Amino acid sequence: MPASLRQLRGRIKSVQATKKITRAMELIAASRIIKAQQRAQAAAPYARELTRAVSAVATYSNVDHPLTSEPENPTRAAVLVVTSDRGLAGSYSSSVLREAERLRELLREDGKETLLYVTGRKGVGYYRFRNRPIVASWTGFSDAPTYQAARDIGQRLIAAFTADDDADERVDEVHVVYTRFRTMLVQEPATVRLLPLEVVEGEEKPAADEILPLYDFEPSAEEVLDALLPKYVESRLFFSLQQASASELAARQRAMKSATDNAEELVKKYTRVANQARQAGITQEISEIVGGVNAFADANAGRE
Amino acid sequence: MADDLHLELVSADRVVWSGEAKMVLTRTTEGELGVMAHHTPLMGVLVPGTVEVRAVEGADLVAAVDGGFLSVANNRVSILAEHIELGQDIDLQQARADVESAEHAGELRSESEKVVQEAQQRLLAAQARVAAAERAS
Repeated sequence: MPASLRQLRGRIKSVQATKKITRAMELIAASRIIKAQQRAQAAAPYARELTRAVSAVATYSNVDHPLTSEPENPTRAAVLVVTSDRGLAGSYSSSVLREAERLRELLREDGKETLLYVTGRKGVGYYRFRNRPIVASWTGFSDAPTYQAARDIGQRLIAAFTADDDADERVDEVHVVYTRFRTMLVQEPATVRLLPLEVVEGEEKPAADEILPLYDFEPSAEEVLDALLPKYVESRLFFSLQQASASELAARQRAMKSATDNAEELVKKYTRVANQARQAGITQEISEIVGGVNAFADANAGRE
Repeated sequence: MADDLHLELVSADRVVWSGEAKMVLTRTTEGELGVMAHHTPLMGVLVPGTVEVRAVEGADLVAAVDGGFLSVANNRVSILAEHIELGQDIDLQQARADVESAEHAGELRSESEKVVQEAQQRLLAAQARVAAAERAS
């Protein structure tokens, strides 16, 4: 037993204080997940209507749009990595980053150069530390993404995708690495190719038996598509950001729950050790007293 | 019911209004457009402006949109835009101030055509909000 009783008591106190903090963070994360899910639900109609509209236009017009056409010889790819702004979320950020590294490796094998776009301070920190160039980064909204943020990112990526052939930022495809929220317990890193768009592969595509009406277009199918597709890209980005934020909060809740549990275990263990140390002290004191009394009695008996 | 439209005003983060309507008045890139029941399926690009709704129940509504789309099919009308606000929810004074600052923004006299266009869109959207707020009050 290396620690003294006093040291052990101090340790128990500090672990208890930490436990209170992690417990509070767990509760905060739990309440925010509900909000994040409500937000995701509120945003679903927009994504659904947009997907419907895009598939309607795509069905009735000859889809030949810069955003949907595959470049013949893709050599440069943009990778958008969606990470969190804050830590204490277990392996959340590191698993996204690992997935991103895997994707970059894959693209490299295909002979494509990758350009990094990052959201979230954790990702920015990761690549800065390793001296990897980041083309653009966005931070400050990872736990409650706004549509505005998705729009900024979307416009930047679309600009890079549609840039002239000799421009510095020119890319032939855009990938997004984010964390998909499956359930409260399961979140997994996922990769999607954002551009060139594959039309009608939306999260909620219209049912197969639903016959799309024959639309009139105003001003024209091409111009409607021109206006629709960037919005579609933004809406899909928004969806990814929302999924990532729900996943981040779920990961944080889980991490904080296990931290709280561990703290509880530690308090239990330290309390046992402290009790043992206290008991040992008492036992020793008693045996010393008893020994002392015996020695005293022996000495007295000899004198009589 | 057969002569009513089901209308949804959907903005990027929520459904702003949904219900039955007799007529919807919007402005597409081609001009003003009124939609009543049994309109032929249509998909149009909206310009920033107001959307007027003659609701079946309750008072008429005016909303401001910052562009977006209109789609009509099977007596269902959906209006999609990044921002939609109902006239009664808009703070008129704030909206007027926004128009003021949009009018004087330096971007309107920028060299780049794209920047000017974006600034004009913002100005139109701000004016639409004022118009919607004025009509609602």
